[in-house]
Amino acid sequence: MTMDQQEIDRSFKRDLLAALPNLRAFAVSLTGRHHVADDLVQDTIMKAWAKQSHFEPGTNMKAWLFTILRNEFYSQMRKRGREVSDTDGIFTSQLSTHPQQYGSLDLQDFKRALDQLPSDQREAIILVGASGFAYEEAAEICGCAVGTIKSRINRARNKLQELLGVSGEGDYGPDANSSAVIKKAFAV
Amino acid sequence: MKPFHPSVADQLRDYYQSVQEEGIPDRFMQLLEKLDAAERGAALAEKDDAL
Repeated sequence: MTMDQQEIDRSFKRDLLAALPNLRAFAVSLTGRHHVADDLVQDTIMKAWAKQSHFEPGTNMKAWLFTILRNEFYSQMRKRGREVSDTDGIFTSQLSTHPQQYGSLDLQDFKRALDQLPSDQREAIILVGASGFAYEEAAEICGCAVGTIKSRINRARNKLQELLGVSGEGDYGPDANSSAVIKKAFAV
Repeated sequence: MKPFHPSVADQLRDYYQSVQEEGIPDRFMQLLEKLDAAERGAALAEKDDAL
């Protein structure tokens, strides 16, 4: 025995807290709506807390939390009686966005495009392209093969290029550079 | 001349980053404090029982 229970509890809380901004960004990107995402994050925190003893200290807390959140997301979608991957595009396109929550028009365009992807493609491209997971980890989180993740990402990328390309080159303009400013903070 | 066109990968990262920078809403900090307090309360009660 190396770590005592108190130390394990402390590191669990610390790691949970540290993963929250990333987890929440995943929830927002996945659901397309802040209030739905925050409810999902809240449910995930409570689930994770209750399952604390199942978590093996020293293993990947981030992947564990993302798996809980993802499972919660799909089980809630199922409860609402929706065929997630089929109706998701229609479902999300009806939802209003809150422009003040996004830094620039470019990001709003991107958000709208992302919302139009089937959820299996959306989660794949987010997990690997933004959340910082390897293909193998994303496959584990989504419970599918690595090849499946890769092909979903390819399809997602093609679809996004198509959607964003259609919106016109002029939409990008010089402002596109300003988004680079956003990148510098929050480096872990 | 082709205008500067950020790649899909860059836009995805920028979007995600913008959400991360919103910070952690208070409700989550409060929830964690509540859970922590409940756990401490339970631990104390256990101790009392043992005495």
